[in-house]
Amino acid sequence: MSPSISLTLNGAKRDVALDDPRVTLLDLLRERLALPGTKKGCDRGQCGACTVLVNGRRVNSCLTLAATLDGAEITTIEGLAAGDDLHPVQAAFIENDAFQCGYCTPGQIMSAVGLIAEDRAGEDLERIREGMSGNICRCAAYHGITLAVRQATRGSAGIKKDDAA
Amino acid sequence: MKRFEFIQPTSLDEALAAWEPGAAWLGGGTNLVDLMKTGAMQPVKVIDITRLPGLAEIETLAEGGVRIGALVRNSDLANDADIASRFPMVSEALLAGASGQLRNAATVGGNLMQRTRCAYFQDPQAACNRRDPGAGCDAREAGAGQAVLGWSEICIATNPSDFCVPLAALDAIVEVRGPDGAREIPMAEFHLLPGDTPERETALSPGELIVALRLPPEAEGFAANARYLKVRDRTSYAFAMTSAAAALRIENGRIAEARLALGAVAATPWRVTEAEALLAGQTPDAALFARAAEAALAGATPSGDNAWKIDLARRTAIRALEMAAAGTPAQMPALPASPFGSTAGDLAHA
Ligand SMILES: Cc1cc2nc3c(=O)[nH]c(=O)nc-3n(C[C@H](O)[C@H](O)[C@H](O)COP(=O)(O)OP(=O)(O)OC[C@H]3O[C@@H](n4cnc5c(N)ncnc54)[C@H](O)[C@@H]3O)c2cc1C
Ligand code: SF4
Ligand code: FES
Ligand code: FES
Repeated sequence: MSPSISLTLNGAKRDVALDDPRVTLLDLLRERLALPGTKKGCDRGQCGACTVLVNGRRVNSCLTLAATLDGAEITTIEGLAAGDDLHPVQAAFIENDAFQCGYCTPGQIMSAVGLIAEDRAGEDLERIREGMSGNICRCAAYHGITLAVRQATRGSAGIKKDDAA
Repeated sequence: MKRFEFIQPTSLDEALAAWEPGAAWLGGGTNLVDLMKTGAMQPVKVIDITRLPGLAEIETLAEGGVRIGALVRNSDLANDADIASRFPMVSEALLAGASGQLRNAATVGGNLMQRTRCAYFQDPQAACNRRDPGAGCDAREAGAGQAVLGWSEICIATNPSDFCVPLAALDAIVEVRGPDGAREIPMAEFHLLPGDTPERETALSPGELIVALRLPPEAEGFAANARYLKVRDRTSYAFAMTSAAAALRIENGRIAEARLALGAVAATPWRVTEAEALLAGQTPDAALFARAAEAALAGATPSGDNAWKIDLARRTAIRALEMAAAGTPAQMPALPASPFGSTAGDLAHA
């Protein structure tokens, strides 16, 4: 059987024919859908470089079989910015020097977007570090990452308040 | 990865009918897909159970206690306000496991069924009696973090689950459905020690599926004094070297009833009823906890170069009992289950 799945990928509907059920979401994005922003570090759930949002929740795309995702909504790093306007988490990463080589960065940013949506860490640095522990940074840019996530969390709290008003 | 047939049933009956020897249920895939990549698991058919209806609910039961569907994600269970207040060490253990991303995918059933992290089990190039009965055990030569309780000459691997440790302490019940109907398995009988058959890891029969987990009403009696403590190589996103779930029901300054289970020391979560009996009726203090921990590890023996683990497990048990006696914190600590955890965040490492 060759499962065929339909996805909403970064806001656009996509029908994808899968000739092989072994394909992970990570390989689907990088090798077949020309979206190489999502990175492959370990391919085993141990580094977080492959983090994307599935139905709004952050997951490791390397351990997700694409065949399971019929009907899912996927957001990758390519889908965050609105044209030239960076997503607030992307902007906060730049302002806080939250990367060096940049390899882990798409995964860090997607994980931070997921963490902020979970709304559990708040602006507490220890909780942010714990919440971001599924993303390893070989360059050890952790200090900047933590501050960037705090700044973006502050920004999103502001946005929420404005929405409510 | 070996090729497999993939199916996605939408009813429990359809899923049970689809099972055949060599098939595997797929929950979040965080363990199965990983082991399919290394080649340690090679199912001929993968049955995705995540579309089965009605298995993702958390229900409070009329007679007390709670029923948790097998497809509830680890993060949703851990962050459920009711679970966190009634069964705090269950939440704390879940939040101490894996990462935010992995917990979003991992299911209750998959967590119970996750395989050992023994590196030789994961690597098909290594000899492993658990993966390939009769092949031998490369961990005997080189394994360091292996079991100190309940191990056999055939296999010295440990069960890596954090979640299962408080479940064992709280007498959870596993609800199962299979070709021959429904049955229930007490947590104490769910995981099996290796003996001569390390390939038999749980009491599930072929084709059986976990549909839910129940925590009995009595488990709620410990909410005020229950902690999970996990000692690991790094503060977060690492498996336990040792862990302990400790729960006390304290009445008038005395321990009316105690529960204690250890993690990462055996092929099963390790409940220590001898230590519990010793704690019951006593006034909580350091000397009592030391005696209880002594009793908990009385039968431990190194399975290799890991005598350190016996001492570490003893000290983990003592600290977990001290933390439980001090009371369940009002808010989940910033670093769940950590010996370095603070309830409020702090700037120590900022
Ligand atoms: C990098 C990394 C770090 C981790 N760290 C920790 C940690 O610190 N602590 C910890 O406890 N865990 C940790 N884990 C393990 C994680 O908790 C498990 O992988 C997860 O709980 C498995 O759940 P799943 O739904 O993804 O299972 P799957 O991968 O889908 O399945 C696992 C096994 O269970 C079987 N199965 C699944 N559902 C059922 C069911 N309903 N009935 C019967 N059988 C079923 C499958 O066939 C398979 O054999 C870590 C994992 C990774 C990759
Ligand atoms: S300890 Fe057990 S799981 Fe590890 S290699 Fe030996 S037999 Fe296999
Ligand atoms: S590539 Fe997925 S976690 Fe490392
Ligand atoms: S910036 Fe280089 S790995 Fe994180």
